[in-house]
Order: sequence, then C-alpha cells, then structure tokens
Amino acid sequence: MSTETATPSTPPSPTAVRLARWKRSAGSTWKEFRSQKGGMAGLIGLSFFILLAIFGPALVDSSALSVTQATGGRMAPPGDGYILGTDEFGRSVALLTLMGARVTLIIGVAAAFMGMFIGTTVGIIAGHFEGKISWVLMRITEWFMNLPTLVLAVVLVVILGRGMLVLIIAIGVTSWAGTARVIRAQTRAVEGRPYLERARALGAGHGHQMSRHVLPNVMPLVMASTIMAVAGAILSESTLAFLGLYDPDSLSWGMMLNRAWSSGGMSAGAWWYMLPPGFMILLVVLCFTLCGRALETALNPRLRK
Amino acid sequence: MTSHTTAALPAGSESAGNAPGEKAPRSSSGFGRYLINRISGTIVSLIAIVFSAFFIFRVLPGNPVENLMAEFENPSPELQAALIEEWGLNDPLPVQFWNYLTGLLQGNLGTSIQFGVPVNQLFADRLFPTLLLGGVALILAVILGYGLGAQAAWRHGTGFDRRTVYTALVFFAAPTFWVAMIAIIIFSRELRLFPTGRMRSAGAGDNFFAQFLDVGYHMILPTVTLTLMMYSGYLLTMRAAMLDEMGNDYLTTARAKGLRDNVVQRKHAMRNAMLPTTTVVFMSIGNLINGSLITEMIFSWPGLGYTFYQAISVPDYPVLQGLFVIFAGSTVLANLAADIMYWFIDPRARKA
Repeated sequence: MSTETATPSTPPSPTAVRLARWKRSAGSTWKEFRSQKGGMAGLIGLSFFILLAIFGPALVDSSALSVTQATGGRMAPPGDGYILGTDEFGRSVALLTLMGARVTLIIGVAAAFMGMFIGTTVGIIAGHFEGKISWVLMRITEWFMNLPTLVLAVVLVVILGRGMLVLIIAIGVTSWAGTARVIRAQTRAVEGRPYLERARALGAGHGHQMSRHVLPNVMPLVMASTIMAVAGAILSESTLAFLGLYDPDSLSWGMMLNRAWSSGGMSAGAWWYMLPPGFMILLVVLCFTLCGRALETALNPRLRK
Repeated sequence: MTSHTTAALPAGSESAGNAPGEKAPRSSSGFGRYLINRISGTIVSLIAIVFSAFFIFRVLPGNPVENLMAEFENPSPELQAALIEEWGLNDPLPVQFWNYLTGLLQGNLGTSIQFGVPVNQLFADRLFPTLLLGGVALILAVILGYGLGAQAAWRHGTGFDRRTVYTALVFFAAPTFWVAMIAIIIFSRELRLFPTGRMRSAGAGDNFFAQFLDVGYHMILPTVTLTLMMYSGYLLTMRAAMLDEMGNDYLTTARAKGLRDNVVQRKHAMRNAMLPTTTVVFMSIGNLINGSLITEMIFSWPGLGYTFYQAISVPDYPVLQGLFVIFAGSTVLANLAADIMYWFIDPRARKA
C-alpha cells in the first residue's frame, strides 16, 4: 500500500485519488447530515452514551456493586443517599444503570455488525449473480425476513445456552435479512454502471468486481443500515434478557428489568427500579434511529424534500 | 428481530417476486400462473420451516435432556433414560425425522413436558385469546397508523407532522415489555382502573354478555400496549407512500375539478398510498407475533405467546418446537395472502 502523498510533479497514486474522492463525498454527506436537527441530536446523544459506556464503569467503586456488601435497604425508594433508590439487594439503581450501558452497547453493536456482514455478503452476491444463486439466496432472505425473529432467537438461545456470544449470534443471525434486500437492490443499480462494464471487459473476475467496485459503492448504504440495525439489536437484546435468556449476573439494562420483574418489583410498586433502565434503552434506540434516518436521507437525494 | 426494525420500516421497497426459473413470456401469464408461482414458493418455505424446526432442535450442539436435567436437584439416570426413550433420541436421525414428519402430518406434535397434555390440544385451547388480542390490536394499529401517517404527510413540514413522527419514533424505540410494565404500575397498581393481568376475573357472571364485558375489560391494557408498539411502523410507511404520491399530477387535476381538500386526500392520494402500505401490514405478521409474545407474557394473557414464554424456562421442547412451526407457518401464509390480494388491488404487480 503506497499511501505516501504524491509530490506535485508526479501524477497522484490511485490510492490518493480514491482517498480524495472519498473525502469529498464524505464531506458533502456530512454537510447534508448536519442540516438535519434530529440526526444531530441523535449523534450528540450517541457520543454521550459511548463516553458513558467507556468511562462510566471506571467511576464506580466495585464494592458498591457487590451483592453482599450493599448498604442500602431492600428496594428502597429514591432518597437517603441513593438518588434513584435501590434494587432487591440494596445496591444503587443509579450505579447499576450507569454500568448497564457497556454491556447493552457491546451486544447491540456486535450483533448489528454480524448482521451487517451476513446481510452485505448475501446482498452483494445475490445482486451480482443472476439466475439460480440469486434465486436461492433471495428465498432464504425472504424466509428470514418473514420469520417472527424473536421466536427463532429465543429457540437458538434456549438450545445453545446463555451467554454474551450466544446472544450476539442469535440476534445477528436473525436480523440480517433487511440489510440483504437493500444491498441487493443497490448492487443491481451499481451493476448497470459503465465502469463495471469496463472492469468486466478488462477481465476482472467476480471476486474483484464485487470487492473492488460494488462494495465501495454500497458501503455508505451499509453504514446507514447498520446504524439502524444497532437500534433493533439493542431492543432484541433487552427483550431476550428480559425473558431471562441471559447470564443473570450480567449488568445489561434488559437484565435489570428482568430482575426488577422477577424479584417482585411490580407488586412492590418499585417504579424507580424500572424507569431508569427502560428509559436508557429508549434513549439509545432513539438516538441510533435518528442517526440512521438522517444518514439515509443524507445519502439518498430522493428522500430529501 | 430487529424484529422490530427492518420489517416495519420502509426498507428497499422492491417487489418481492420476479422469481426466475419460468421461461414463459410475461404477457401470456395471468392469474393462474401467478398463483401457482406464489403457492409453490409458499410450499418451499413451509418445507424449509418443517425441516429447520427438526434440525434446530436435534442437530445444534445442546442436549435437550441435559438442559432439562439441569433444572432438577438430583436427576436420576432412570428419568434421563426414560426421557431419551420417550423422545426417541436413541433412534438414528432419519428414523427420528420420519417419526417427526408423520406425527406432524397427523397433527401430532408430541406431549408437553410441563402440562402433560398433547401439544395440539394445548394450542387449540390457547389459540382464541391470541387471535382476539392480536387481531384487535392489529386493526387499531392499522387505523391509527394509516390515519395519522396520511395526515402527517398531507401537512408535510408543519408542527403536526413533526410531532406525529417523533411520537411514533419514541414508541418505536420503547421496549414493548417496558411500556407494558409502566402501564401496569400506573393504571393497575396506582389508579386501580384496570386488572393487572389474565383474561377473566373469577367473579364474572355466567351469561355471555357478562363474560364479554369481563374479557373486554381485561383486554384494554394489553391491546393498547400492543397497538402502540405496532402503529409507528405503519405510520412511517403510510407517510412515506403518501409523500411519494403528493407530487403527482392527478392530485392537481382533482383539485382543479373543485374537489374539497379532504376528498382529494382520502379518495385520491390515500387510496393509492394504501397499496404499498398494505403489503407492509401483511409482512409485519412476524412483528405482531413478536409483540404478542411479550404483551401476553407481561399481562399473563392465556394465549400462544404466553405458552411460549411458559415453555422457555422449563424448557418444554415439544411446545417450543410446535410453536416455532405454527408461528413461522402463519407468517408464510400471511405473505401468500398478501401476494394474492396484491394481484387484485394493484395492477402494476401483475407484470412481475
């Protein structure tokens, strides 16, 4: 890879040309994105949550999270040194909520990336090849698209066992179909462009066409679709965790709600135990959705009005 | 499961069909060919479901008997052997598959571990509550989503449009189970307006009318929860479809004829925007099932979704497997219905 900047006298290297073009298009997308209030609000919110997930746990004294060393009363309402009350062990709900950001985001992002990988691969192959391969791939995609995905994910977790990796796989495997369809449609649009015809005429193989020409062109759309997918994955994670399909010791927001439910928080009327984690899920999902929608609008002139 | 996201949002709206493999010229086709096409696609999907239900439960690394034994304090080897015998896990895989297939064709889905009754009998008892709750919520969500979506697009760029869209996005982002929990705390525990769960109360009268009122009363909270969870997808699709229609000349023509604004909206623009939206409604049956599962669980609504939840923690494999087939099968059939209906309501689909 020769990423050295070319001297003015020699013609710029292909990499430099590509970088410059990429920079220009990213710049115009960013300008378009910035003009959308909702998208910017989402982006600011996301930055906040990401900082919280990275640095939040460092601020917490681990003894405050230990079940045996907890000092508060059992499911005590807010006040008395605990701004958001305590859980069934007497731990601070505020601290638990702070800690939950990391696990929730990790699972959401990892599952969305897994879905993105499967969806993009299937979408590009189905769009590039015509005939049987495309037909078979699209039937599989359609099948995953129609399936009640929660049911399939639950079955997968029940059989494969609880744990972070299983949860990520279950969500990733059940969430790629939408991406595959969008990417396939976009691939077909790209396939008609003259430079692909030129590449074919020069003897480029299928792999080269797909990875060097189609993929860079569908990449922006893949990103928008992935950001939306993170929102869905976080909702799925919280639902699966709430159904008790996750490691009970894990500190995700869905798991907090599961414990609030299973430890009798409803009959105790412990709203302080349920409001914060659910509200955090809502906010994170909303931020991802707003960002994804804004990015889609910025990339697709047809959506602009 | 993005469940929730991908299917409901207007993704790449590209017609599902154009299955290659048939070489006949397009013009000569017609409804018969279209129908055969769709039905054969549906049959392939159903076969795929039946196969995957078998293989997910037998082939994935994970031993049902061991999982089940982990729930007991002191699992006895005899119990373990009896279960292996009962489920025929010692038979070679092809024999197991044959038994499973013939059982399925005879409507025999095995016996539930936790209830001790045949699975199909269990399902028959619990089908009606699910259809009732899901059906009413679906109808309400469609009315709400179509109405608000069309209005929002019609008043594009106004404060009403923004408020409607943002409210929908918030409901879309809120976990269903959380909304349900909050609703129970506010309306059942604090205000004591509605029951916290179940479908009937013990003291209700015997006659039909009293039962009807009682069930209706129990339905209010779960129905509202499920409706709020679903309407936003329809709203966003309707709004997008409506915005697509709004640039068209036929609306100007209609206005030039002197028709009132709301007539142009309802009789012209909405009628066309409903076509793409209606497909989305049918395609979202999977979402409805996802939502029903959670809603039924929180409200202890005695339907199939609640049964699925009850089966998770045991885990009750025959029930899980049977529900997987039923849930997946009904979404496939709903899609077939959507395709057939689409033929009649949208002539453009006939080209495919």
